[in-house]
Amino acid sequence: MNKITEIFKNNKALIIYLTAGDSSIDKTEEQILTIAKNGADLIEIGIPFSDPVADGKIIRDAMARALSKNIKLDDIFNMVKNVRKKSDIPLVFMTYLNPLLFYGYERFFKRCSEIGINGLIIPDMPLEEQDEVKSFADEYNITIITLIAPTSKERISVLARQAKGFIYFISSLGVTGVRNKITTNLSAVISEIRKVTDIPVAVGFGISTAEQACEIIKYADGVIIGSAAVKIIAENKKNTVLKLAEYIAEIKRGMTS
Amino acid sequence: MSKGKFGIHGGQYIPETLMNAINELETAYNNFKNDEHFNKEFTFLLNEYAGRPSRLYYAKNATEKLGGAKIYLKREDLNHTGSHKINNVLGQILLAKKMGKTRVIAETGAGQHGVAVATASALFGMKCEIFMGEEDTKRQSLNVFRMRLLGAKVYAVKNGTKTLKDAISETMREWSRRIDDTFYVLGSATGPYPYPQIVRDFQSVISKEIKEQLFEKESKLPSAVIACVGGGSNAIGAFYNFINDKDVKLIGCEAAGKGIDTLETAATIAKGKLGILHGMKSYFCQTDDGQISPVYSISAGLDYPGIGPEHAYLHDTKRAQYIPVTDDEAIEAFEFLSKTEGIIPAMESSHAIYHAMKIAPKMKKEEILVVCISGRGDKDVAMIAKHRGVNANE
Repeated sequence: MNKITEIFKNNKALIIYLTAGDSSIDKTEEQILTIAKNGADLIEIGIPFSDPVADGKIIRDAMARALSKNIKLDDIFNMVKNVRKKSDIPLVFMTYLNPLLFYGYERFFKRCSEIGINGLIIPDMPLEEQDEVKSFADEYNITIITLIAPTSKERISVLARQAKGFIYFISSLGVTGVRNKITTNLSAVISEIRKVTDIPVAVGFGISTAEQACEIIKYADGVIIGSAAVKIIAENKKNTVLKLAEYIAEIKRGMTS
Repeated sequence: MSKGKFGIHGGQYIPETLMNAINELETAYNNFKNDEHFNKEFTFLLNEYAGRPSRLYYAKNATEKLGGAKIYLKREDLNHTGSHKINNVLGQILLAKKMGKTRVIAETGAGQHGVAVATASALFGMKCEIFMGEEDTKRQSLNVFRMRLLGAKVYAVKNGTKTLKDAISETMREWSRRIDDTFYVLGSATGPYPYPQIVRDFQSVISKEIKEQLFEKESKLPSAVIACVGGGSNAIGAFYNFINDKDVKLIGCEAAGKGIDTLETAATIAKGKLGILHGMKSYFCQTDDGQISPVYSISAGLDYPGIGPEHAYLHDTKRAQYIPVTDDEAIEAFEFLSKTEGIIPAMESSHAIYHAMKIAPKMKKEEILVVCISGRGDKDVAMIAKHRGVNANE
């Protein structure tokens, strides 16, 4: 079984996002290990990009902070290598296509596989544009995560059919960010997906509280929390790790109770 | 399967949330682009509302002063709203109306596209919201007021470099927030397929007219057509109907800012590398780590780190040539045309004029050089005054 799919086997999965180099690259390592220890099942590591068109202010600012510290791809690869010595939690990169193209697709995928990255989420690479990276993803065994949006409609079955690892269902229109309310009819979309595949579905965009997470796992196999975790990192310059640990544990408790 | 490629460039590198909206646009455009009724309405608007055809003016004084090729100016500055932008905007708003959309959003750099969109929205009774980099709202404050006067909401974008690049990103984000009733009127020959094709088709009226007008006056083709290039909408419009006329040189002038050897430049072909941004693969100015570089030009309309995918392809195939022109050179041309012909061109267009000044003297007298004057320079007068140390508002 795909290492990513495995996390959904015995429980509802909690997926946490953070931006690499947001505090500093060493602190990111510490934060990843903390998130892993406190109940996350998979961690999404954001590779900062200058023009993140699918991201809201919180993640945009985190990426800008990381870039202002001159974080390079190789710094991030080295950090992940260190994480891998201490944790075997599945890790996926979230970034935009340009940094990959610039680094060289094959070189990028090869490096990912060497350091133990399991998958990749690229918001500006719709299914139609995946051909140019697919052969490398297959060769180096990196799972490309399929995103499905509230606007996907008749695309859902095509997207779901080729999905691997898990399906990232975008809960709301717009960009990443904390939202008070998720208005999309999750059960309808998920049953649409279920018609064509058994691949687990995790829901992201806008989720920040244990209450929201509980509501979502009534229908879905997991939740993805991004901006809310990034906000904790941004707002707690001291005690970051402690606050992060408390937050993740609280969400996980809520999801399992 | 990737769609809408020009060689390796173009494509649809956009979030899944927007894919159905872009497919809807593609279907609608394919339905209407050859529709007789649609084209009749579009031509009527271009002629009766925007004032086309625009003049092809023989610049006798400039020709004599430079002492070489005969120089013709394609006067897009005489269009309603003062630039070529209105051509594409009328086409897209008409399309939006046919698609049943009631609200339009758009990015703008110098404000010329924003003004054109606000104008056409007023005409068509559409809600209109414009995103403009905060830096550009300061450089072009008069255009901000014009847009508001026309009933549009203008947002100053405070992200990133606070210029055109960030205005485009923010308009894409806004589109993904609200899709059903909203049409994104993209202003340059950039973005995901089918935008580069749509913008090119609506702007190709420029080269269609040049060809007809020149044939009437001179009974021949020009030796070269010169236009400025940011994203490249006036240039692709001025080039398009000449692409198959292999003897006609096509020359795009990009903004070198303070020089291509400095960091303050926006010369994408000279400095850029293959990249992906704003839905397209093309050339982009980038750092050594694949981040999009902050770029600079005195002219807000050329201050963009990328170039339209069809231009990238015309460059790859060597069908067109792209030349960097600095701020100082553009200012020299701005002053030259103002004094020699009594025509104040936009700073953007002045980049093209400078190159004409450079090559015309080396050409034969019977050769013809067509320069696209993409817009008028009224919007730039205060900035030029400031550049010279004069406060035009006092």
